[in-house]
Amino acid sequence: MLKDKDRIFKNLYGLHSWRLKAARARGAWDGTKKIIERGHDAIIDEVKASGLRGRGGAGFPTGLKWSFMPKQSDGRPSYLVINADESEPGTCKDRDIMRHDPQLLIEGALIAAFAMRAHVSYIYIRGEFIREREILQAAIDEAYDAKLIGKNNVNGWDFELYLHHGAGAYICGEETALLESLEGKKGMPRLKPPFPANVGLYGAPTTVNNVETIAVVPDILRRGATWFASLGRPNNTGTKIFCLSGHVNTPCNVEEEMGVPLRELIDHYGGGVIGGWDNLLAVIPGGSSVACIPASECDDLPMDFDSLKALNTGLGTAGVIVMDKSTDIIRAISRLAYFYKHESCGQCTPCREGTGWMWRVLERMAKGEAEKAEIDMLLDVSYQVEGHTICALGDAAAWPVQGLIRHFHREIEARIDAQATKPIAPSVPVAAE
Amino acid sequence: MSVRRLAAEQPESFAFTPENLEWAKAQIKKYPEGRQASAVLPILWRAQEQMGGWLPEPALRYVADMLGMAPIRIYEIATFYTMFNLAPVGRYYVQVCGTTPCWLRGAGAIKDTCRKLIGEPGHVTKDGLFSWTEVECLGACVNAPVAQINKDYYEDLTPESLTWILENLKAGRHVAPGPQNGRQASAPLGGPNTLIDPELYRNEEPDDAVPAPVLASDEPKGPGAAADVRERAVPKPPLAKGRKPRSK
Repeated sequence: MLKDKDRIFKNLYGLHSWRLKAARARGAWDGTKKIIERGHDAIIDEVKASGLRGRGGAGFPTGLKWSFMPKQSDGRPSYLVINADESEPGTCKDRDIMRHDPQLLIEGALIAAFAMRAHVSYIYIRGEFIREREILQAAIDEAYDAKLIGKNNVNGWDFELYLHHGAGAYICGEETALLESLEGKKGMPRLKPPFPANVGLYGAPTTVNNVETIAVVPDILRRGATWFASLGRPNNTGTKIFCLSGHVNTPCNVEEEMGVPLRELIDHYGGGVIGGWDNLLAVIPGGSSVACIPASECDDLPMDFDSLKALNTGLGTAGVIVMDKSTDIIRAISRLAYFYKHESCGQCTPCREGTGWMWRVLERMAKGEAEKAEIDMLLDVSYQVEGHTICALGDAAAWPVQGLIRHFHREIEARIDAQATKPIAPSVPVAAE
Repeated sequence: MSVRRLAAEQPESFAFTPENLEWAKAQIKKYPEGRQASAVLPILWRAQEQMGGWLPEPALRYVADMLGMAPIRIYEIATFYTMFNLAPVGRYYVQVCGTTPCWLRGAGAIKDTCRKLIGEPGHVTKDGLFSWTEVECLGACVNAPVAQINKDYYEDLTPESLTWILENLKAGRHVAPGPQNGRQASAPLGGPNTLIDPELYRNEEPDDAVPAPVLASDEPKGPGAAADVRERAVPKPPLAKGRKPRSK
């Protein structure tokens, strides 16, 4: 279990002030100038050595991502864009960072921008987070007033930080859709390559990082890469904010070591599954975009990227959605399918048509009004959507459906059998919405 | 994708108030020369606030002219981003999260409560006070079920607490946002079992510790008030229990 002194987000719950003075008393902005003086490449090397992997879902090594940025400018500026468009169902960690510990994010933005030789950074916060935006803007203003950021600041790297907000589109959490949105267009993802590190915001080299990734960087550099790498296990290092939601007695956010056993998370922090551990039906371990796993796989399960990948699921954003045996699992996944149907940007046909199709079939399956052959057809269609779209939303829509069929095939069949005693109404063709 | 169309009835014209116009010009300065289109989302949002919660067609053309964009680009944006309401909403616009984490914790009952007290989604009550809709994940899943009323999140709702909130809003009384079951933000109910080592906070001054909810500036504002118009210059830091505000 992680000791309090090893936690990075000391004000996760907002029990202390978010203001600059209090944040500094907790350790923010301590020795930032010295960190900057180490130089661009030394910082990137340190982040590489820490083993930090992106906290936004994909788990790409952060130091490596930063090293893709050009070392010599060809006349274009470099940009750092921070992805605060947190909309993954099950995830609410960045919100707590922004409203309770914003100075860690601002300091991390300065250091990351310096490492990538960027002088300008945009934070893209989701539109619904209005109060969080007010607090974060006030915190940025405080940092400007204290000359910690801005032109000729005390840290020795000119740095402008702007807060930009979205207006309710999940797809804008995808990095190229976010850049499109930031340029004032519909949030439709771009084809890659070229990758943002070559052609990003306004055609200039850009790196997009998650809020949590940026906010842990100052502490890594202050305490050293070896400290961060000593937590967790190789390739899955450091700490992570886990969000426990669904059927636990006390849902909460908690910062824990990577690889913490799922059962410890649920029992120690979540107050246990409602009705006890034996009442557990399934867990979605990493936000809605990953496959669910049944209770039988949840004992002794370490929560990190590689362990979960081995189970055909993923750590994603570490939004743990717990479902007890009272849950109608088919309806739960169907509701997620509706979410993806609603949030598909409509650019690629497999996703635009496939998400709606999968949702409609799942709705019928939830009522039992389907043929058993349709289960395999649904699985087949999910594979047609996966990997055939510009961005990962198609994959994200397919994986929960695949997880459902992989683990709860019998549930669906049983429901169809139960319904089969009643005559099935003739199906009416419905146009895609 | 969701199908969204402009409202049938539209006002004649739209123009920013002088304050909002000045604010919009300041927003455009955040972006490089010639990239003024970047400011479109914040400026449309401000236009929606000025209109009391929805975007009429003249406002879209007004913003298009202001940013030098083709009107079709603005129509695209207004119909793509779901936070832009294309028809009038109630003074208190209730957005209930219905995605799986909230659904598991009883969002269905919250929606039923809204149906009972307000009516069908999109319907504005006769007094113009309320309308509601179901939205996708609001990003406060550990505090499920959640509803956003205008700018504030009301969390850990039950049908009873939502009824109580709506009754109070109807009577013009202020309701504190945040968790409605007495817990602190995203900490477990009953208090956190982490971050309790006093050593972490030894350099803080006593008034940096705050048991009060952190959502600052929680006074309800009319939907017409701008997003960053604040009662104070910056949100007030919460005060420790029993402490009085320091006088300046």
